[in-house]
Amino acid sequence: MTLRDLLQRDRDRRTALVTGQVTPEAGRCVQCGICTYYCPINIDVRRHAWLGQPVQESHCLTCGECIARCPRGVLRFERIELFVP
Amino acid sequence: MPTRYCIVGQGVAGIAAAQAIRAADAAGPITLISDDPHGYYSRPGLAYYLTGEIQRGHLFPWREQEFQQLGLHRVLGRAISLNPAEHRLWLANNVPLVYDRLLLATGASAVRPTLPGSDLPQVIKLDNLADADQMLALARRAQSAVVVGGGITALEIVEGLRQHCRRVHYLLRGQRYWSNVLDEAEARLVMQRLAAEGVRIHTHSELAAIEAKRGRVAAVLTTAGQRIACDLVAIAIGVAPRAELAQAAGLAVARGILVDETLRTSDPDIFAAGDVAQVFDPRAGKALLDTLWNSARSHGHTAGQNMAGGALRYVKPMPLNVTRLAGITTTIIGAVGAGRDADLIGIARGDSELWRELGQALVAEEEHEVNRLRLLVGLTTLVGAVLMGDQRLSRPLQRLIGEQIDITPIRSQLLTPDAPLASLLTRFAEGVR
Ligand SMILES: Cc1cc2nc3c(=O)[nH]c(=O)nc-3n(C[C@H](O)[C@H](O)[C@H](O)COP(=O)(O)OP(=O)(O)OC[C@H]3O[C@@H](n4cnc5c(N)ncnc54)[C@H](O)[C@@H]3O)c2cc1C
Ligand code: SF4
Ligand code: SF4
Repeated sequence: MTLRDLLQRDRDRRTALVTGQVTPEAGRCVQCGICTYYCPINIDVRRHAWLGQPVQESHCLTCGECIARCPRGVLRFERIELFVP
Repeated sequence: MPTRYCIVGQGVAGIAAAQAIRAADAAGPITLISDDPHGYYSRPGLAYYLTGEIQRGHLFPWREQEFQQLGLHRVLGRAISLNPAEHRLWLANNVPLVYDRLLLATGASAVRPTLPGSDLPQVIKLDNLADADQMLALARRAQSAVVVGGGITALEIVEGLRQHCRRVHYLLRGQRYWSNVLDEAEARLVMQRLAAEGVRIHTHSELAAIEAKRGRVAAVLTTAGQRIACDLVAIAIGVAPRAELAQAAGLAVARGILVDETLRTSDPDIFAAGDVAQVFDPRAGKALLDTLWNSARSHGHTAGQNMAGGALRYVKPMPLNVTRLAGITTTIIGAVGAGRDADLIGIARGDSELWRELGQALVAEEEHEVNRLRLLVGLTTLVGAVLMGDQRLSRPLQRLIGEQIDITPIRSQLLTPDAPLASLLTRFAEGVR
């Protein structure tokens, strides 16, 4: 198995399945830019991670690409409570 | 008159300080000095640039507009001397800068070896973007590379070079990799992965000299008499805080610049933050160094607020790194090891001295084919952990160890042989939300 395969496997393992908004934990982020680079619609996810703010952009596809690619476990989907009682 | 702020260093500590100053003081002029022509970029991201996972342009988190919004006056140049009594700082062009509050956020730089041949142009380190560019340029033309050193950076270099060179040799002075942070099984996992990847690991091998042919690196010689032909040699034997400026100015310096919990140095108007600052750690009872991105950011934030008149005390978080060791994602948190590592002089990058401050603790381990967890169990809390592979426990561990949560209810279960540690911890962490 090559290093690339290993990295791919590592990434697959992190692929998130839940739907919600992408939420960062700023303290883990090293601003490497991988998340922004791989976002298919060019959302600056890294900026959200710096600010510790969830990606609340309406056009986010919730595709999970940024979450799966981040090598540091900074990002995760957090469920959005649509119906607050 | 507005307060004049001066920051030496445009790394994450300097940037975080500038942001904090501006949030507290809208008017004071801020001068940001750096001797790196590339300015502010993600230093940990250099590892992903080497493997080709990101492109060069993506290393820069800020656009010009963000610097302008903070009203920063950026200066490219090296600060060469400092007179605290006169509140003056001199740059290499001999122009003095007058400050009211100064921050030294000068980072750390790689320790250079003093062996014969170590000043050849193909003997390289990985401190900054220029080094990474040079490493890539050389690696693309090289057949064979030798890496010497330890810690995370050495492996990042090995992995990066492996993407470009046919043969990568990794020299270890002892029996195994990173002996004062990883245990034997963890080091074995890393070394097996490297070997499977085609990296040639030479244990008990110490660099004696670097041989040149027509002014270029041709081979390394080890103290055991081995000769390994190569086109480049990458060295990662540790880093040292860039504290020369502070030292020459008479500030209190030990391994780094000594600061109190407000990040103030021995001079009341000078602060230090980031890799260069040696900060008192209440857990260890002494001042320690960290070379972690997030520690540098929090130092910078605290120092910036206090430079602008605040009285914020820095609370050192439990040092944490989530990194990749030979392709295996690994979380290291708290105190996990002790002693010296023969491959490193002092501290490496992405590292914390606290990780080696392991006192009395019992070990609990769980190992599967590719996943491994080692817990360091104290009397009432977890003191540290190393988690390799599956990272689902990374955040729960960060909380249990970082917040020093009382684990008495599960302590004896954790210490039972063959205990299912991961599920015990997951359930426990969910219960103490
Ligand atoms: C390859 C690599 C991998 C890393 N991996 C990790 C990791 O996995 N996890 C992690 O948490 N951290 C990692 N780090 C460490 C992290 O990048 C540092 O802890 C962080 O960058 C420190 O920030 P700083 O602002 O203190 O210093 P730096 O980022 O080093 O910035 C220092 C600044 O000071 C300037 N400077 C210094 N002296 C002078 C002078 N005399 N005059 C003018 N300017 C000066 C420099 O030009 C630079 O702008 C890694 C670093 C590297 C290089
Ligand atoms: S990929 Fe992860 S670590 Fe890198 S910038 Fe994005 S959130 Fe931060
Ligand atoms: S979930 Fe997809 S679309 Fe949304 S920010 Fe992440 S990568 Fe971009």
